[in-house]
Amino acid sequence: MNDPVRPLPRTDEFDTQEFWAGTKEKEFRYQQCRNCDTVIFYARRHCTGCVDGDLEWKIASGRATLYTYSVVRQSYHPFFRNQVPYAVAWIDLEEGPRILSNVVGVSDPLKDIHIGMRLELEWEEHDALCIPLFRPSTESS
Amino acid sequence: MSQKRDAAIVGIHEYPSRDVEGEVSPLQIKAESAAIALADAGLTWSDVDAIYDAGEGGGMAGLTMAEYFGLSPRVINTTNVGGSSYEYHAAHASRDIKAGKARVALLTYGSTAHSNARAIGVGGRGGASMHPAENMDAYAGMTLIANYAMVAHRHMHEYGTTSEQLAEISVATRMHAMRNPEAVKAMEDLEFLDIRETTIADVVNSRMIADPLHLLECCMISDGGGAVVIAAPEVARNCKKPPVWILGSGEATKYPMNGGDITTSAAAQSGPLAFAEAGVTPAEIDVAMIYDSFSITVLALLEDLGFCPKGEGGRWVEGGRLRFDRPSDGPALNTDGGGLSSNHPGMRGIFLLLEATRQLRGESTAQVADAKLAIAHGNGGMLGSRHAAGTIILGSD
Repeated sequence: MNDPVRPLPRTDEFDTQEFWAGTKEKEFRYQQCRNCDTVIFYARRHCTGCVDGDLEWKIASGRATLYTYSVVRQSYHPFFRNQVPYAVAWIDLEEGPRILSNVVGVSDPLKDIHIGMRLELEWEEHDALCIPLFRPSTESS
Repeated sequence: MSQKRDAAIVGIHEYPSRDVEGEVSPLQIKAESAAIALADAGLTWSDVDAIYDAGEGGGMAGLTMAEYFGLSPRVINTTNVGGSSYEYHAAHASRDIKAGKARVALLTYGSTAHSNARAIGVGGRGGASMHPAENMDAYAGMTLIANYAMVAHRHMHEYGTTSEQLAEISVATRMHAMRNPEAVKAMEDLEFLDIRETTIADVVNSRMIADPLHLLECCMISDGGGAVVIAAPEVARNCKKPPVWILGSGEATKYPMNGGDITTSAAAQSGPLAFAEAGVTPAEIDVAMIYDSFSITVLALLEDLGFCPKGEGGRWVEGGRLRFDRPSDGPALNTDGGGLSSNHPGMRGIFLLLEATRQLRGESTAQVADAKLAIAHGNGGMLGSRHAAGTIILGSD
């Protein structure tokens, strides 16, 4: 029997397929409207800021800040039950998108994670796509 | 002041069992509750001309529930916004009655979440669906509790809120639950380990489920259900029980926004709408039935509804302020024991209307002396991401 794996997104979902296609190239793609500058994330075909939107795809730098998080101690999910304790977080990318992800690359998630900390993107590789995760920034601030 | 008297809650029933041991269906809970609520009002099936249903009994709920009940309603409303659905139903029933489209509205809920062994709180919300937002979120392994815990963490970071302050909410609701025989029975049936009034130390020393939320800050997972009958004034005046008037309502939604403030919920929009329509202020409210999925839910909602300024909720709830026997300090919280200590079958909003009605009739087991005004605020979906808020202001004659 195979080990349980992280639940992976579908690559054929109409709105988000371009984002997930980008992860294969290790690009964090997001949309911005040329008309009204609104940053759209998660991806959609329409601009949420104006009705004559003109969306363009951009690539985020991967530099980010931790907005808030929780360390999960208990999960019944077949994959995540073996990951506890692990950190889920809302993360603000420098360019504006806020994404739900995990903070990884810390020795103790109970001690080494704090709101406001600088993060950087890390890709977890899978066959059809990569999953965007975040680790503490190695850049000096 | 002349307040609206357009529609009133005239009949209620709360299904007593929280553990039906798989021997009763959600549909049966809905119908049994409906019959008893109609009898409570002195009405019968043939009086009902409008049904409101969140669809938990199955697909095409407006059609299939009409048949199941054996009704021919002229109004069908199947709004589903999770746990706040019943506040929306009450608001919509009030509007439909005022517009002359309905005279007697029936709201029902039934769930066997406990019997089904649904892991609502810590189950994987994994498995990508075809909704784009789900397709972005599922990989991170966010449990329901972690979603709310992230609100609590940010609230602590911004305002200095402590776990001890959040624990006040669990302590107050447990105190109220211990006075409610149905809540005590619920805790027995669901095999709570230590059924008694709790202290702040009990709460903060209970097991951490998702930082910073402890076990005793999380609602139970029960079976249950209930029914509410709402009627036009000319019907309400002739019912068996005194009418509980729907004085005002508000609805709002919130979802993740780039750069948004996770500590402020949609209640900040729905609350002022409801208070303005009712022509009352938070300071006048005697009973606050606030959706207590978790401790932080109540704290954020109390602030957003205007009981205290944003960020001051932690200090505001200190010292047992929310107890039913301290009416001079502001409203009593969740006097039935709430989702934390009485029942939570998945969508708790109907129980907020039920206990608020009991209070305004003088029928609560933790009765607030001379209660005249109550608020019922439902939060459906998830506080830390996308949720719907429904606020109802209720008043007795």
